Amino acid sequence: MLTVNLCGKTLKNPVICASGTFGYGSEYADMLDLSKLGGISSKGLTLVPKYGNEGQRLAETASGIINSIGLQNPGVEHFIAHELPDMLKMDTCILANLGGAGIEDYEKGAELLDATDVHMIELNISCPNVKAGGIAYGVKSESAKEVVSRVRKCTTKPLIVKLSPQAENLVDMALTCQDAGADGLSLVNTFTAMAIDLEKRKPIFNNVYAGLSGPAIKPIALRMVHQVCKAVQVPVVGLGGIASGRDALEFIMAGATAIQVGTANFIKPDITMDIITQMQQWCDKNGVKSLDEIRGIV
Amino acid sequence: MAITYQKALITANEQMTDTVFLLKAQWSAPTQPGQFFMLRTWDKAPLLSRPISVHNWENGIVEFLYEVRGTGTDLLSQAKAGDFIELTGALGKGFPVENISGKVAVVSGGIGIAPLYYVVRALVQKGCTVDFYCGFRDKPYGLEKFEALCSNVYLATDSGNYGVKGFVTDLLQPEGYDAVLTCGPEIMMEKIAHKAMAAGTAVYVSKESHMACGIGACLACTCKTKGGPKSVCKDGPVFKGEDIYADC
Ligand SMILES: Cc1cc2nc3c(=O)[nH]c(=O)nc-3n(C[C@H](O)[C@H](O)[C@H](O)COP(=O)(O)OP(=O)(O)OC[C@H]3O[C@@H](n4cnc5c(N)ncnc54)[C@H](O)[C@@H]3O)c2cc1C
Ligand SMILES: Cc1cc2nc3c(=O)[nH]c(=O)nc-3n(C[C@H](O)[C@H](O)[C@H](O)COP(=O)(O)O)c2cc1C
Ligand code: FES
Repeated sequence: MLTVNLCGKTLKNPVICASGTFGYGSEYADMLDLSKLGGISSKGLTLVPKYGNEGQRLAETASGIINSIGLQNPGVEHFIAHELPDMLKMDTCILANLGGAGIEDYEKGAELLDATDVHMIELNISCPNVKAGGIAYGVKSESAKEVVSRVRKCTTKPLIVKLSPQAENLVDMALTCQDAGADGLSLVNTFTAMAIDLEKRKPIFNNVYAGLSGPAIKPIALRMVHQVCKAVQVPVVGLGGIASGRDALEFIMAGATAIQVGTANFIKPDITMDIITQMQQWCDKNGVKSLDEIRGIV
Repeated sequence: MAITYQKALITANEQMTDTVFLLKAQWSAPTQPGQFFMLRTWDKAPLLSRPISVHNWENGIVEFLYEVRGTGTDLLSQAKAGDFIELTGALGKGFPVENISGKVAVVSGGIGIAPLYYVVRALVQKGCTVDFYCGFRDKPYGLEKFEALCSNVYLATDSGNYGVKGFVTDLLQPEGYDAVLTCGPEIMMEKIAHKAMAAGTAVYVSKESHMACGIGACLACTCKTKGGPKSVCKDGPVFKGEDIYADC
């Protein structure tokens, strides 16, 4: 009943684990049945391996966290050789989340992934924690257009572009990515935020600003997903602060085809199982036989 | 050993000092000395679970010795016997007890004493001779258990009201020990590690870091090591001194 079609691929349910919060899936394998998930998005990958950011990488806020990981990853080739084969055995939809330090990096990364059995590519033009690449392409529609159209030529895989809430004009950005060849959109990535250490009289993070996620951002993320869904034709994957079945259903009613769960995995490692059950129960109770009945009704 | 996420029954939560508590909960799966759990006794706020080391694990009971520092540990201190605690664990790589033998110095600073009791027990059980060096700001806690197992207990306090006035780092002479194990403030561990490495004694440190997942998935707790970036939660929290600190 919860099955959804996302960019031509059938997902068992709309619940996908968000990039950067679920490692490569295997980390959670002891604690939940990964094959019950709708999908898993890998940690953000770059062509060249990255150490990520120096200094403290995490701070907790009211109903959220701020992270400054900085796309630590072993590189696309390592991912293809080591992490991806295990992920493909998990019997769920696997998204490779791809970042880049420049357009050529995105292109090469996409070409390499295109030659694998990964199910989808989630193009990350929205990481606030890296100076080059990442969000550099996610703020102005013009620069997003260039990356998306060039990556589009490198792969026939379903291409989902992950948008930043920092986009100058989010709806325009969404339409631009759609027109540049995106098969779908996911939003939102984290909101640029800040925390200060009073005793040291200094910012907590070496980069000063970092990305806010978790329940604190949910109402804003929901509004953004709603606005984008009203404007575009391609499917939208909604995320930002989802921590319950009701949260997830709000995003579906706002128009999302599927949803992702990020920070909430840190509240409870098997929270996605609760979310799936709660969605199912709500549908049963309210006589909803398919999510199509309620998708975008608001 | 598989990592599990489970609700466990709290059997005791005793106050040891003004700010330090000892919580006991039912946990039958084996845990290793130096491992830790992500734990919480609250619903969704604060958002993150807290990393706390295994102080002891015996007869199906896991013990946590913790200091109240902020919101999470304050909530934890309010838990009562009969309440449930959510535990994810046992996590990380602990002290390599199997590779340690002979005469061992175990060095703690403040609440860094927490993970060291279980490892002392394991070392004594396998026939090691253990000297315990501990530093506290003022009144020490939890020492009786160490006195029962260790050949010598050396105490330093900032106040000088108990033991020797000064730093525990000054008490330790690593020469003559086969291994040094330490947990405490970062600067203390760094000093101990350098001293031990200079003396050619194997040294193991138990590191701290801000953590979200505790299982190697979020990469919040990455630290630099000789062998490249490692997750404190998954590859640690115990590391060989030479992997973390440059040779002196
Ligand atoms: C592997 C490991 C084992 C630990 N074992 C013990 C133990 O056995 N006993 C004990 O008393 N303490 C231990 N600590 C430290 C303990 O986790 C922190 O004191 C605790 O998280 C503070 O939470 P709080 O809500 O009370 O404080 P707050 O300051 O309100 O916490 C805010 C945030 O910062 C994090 N944080 C604050 N201080 C630390 C710290 N020193 N290390 C890591 N994260 C921190 C918290 O987890 C939380 O996410 C351990 C830490 C680690 C990493
Ligand atoms: C620790 C952490 C690491 C993240 N890493 C990535 C990443 O590598 N790539 C990416 O596209 N998004 C990354 N994100 C963003 C999440 O995928 C998600 O978009 C964001 O956190 C909002 O959703 P949430 O509130 O459910 O967490 C990361 C988020 C967190 C908290
Ligand atoms: S706390 Fe998430 S990787 Fe260590």
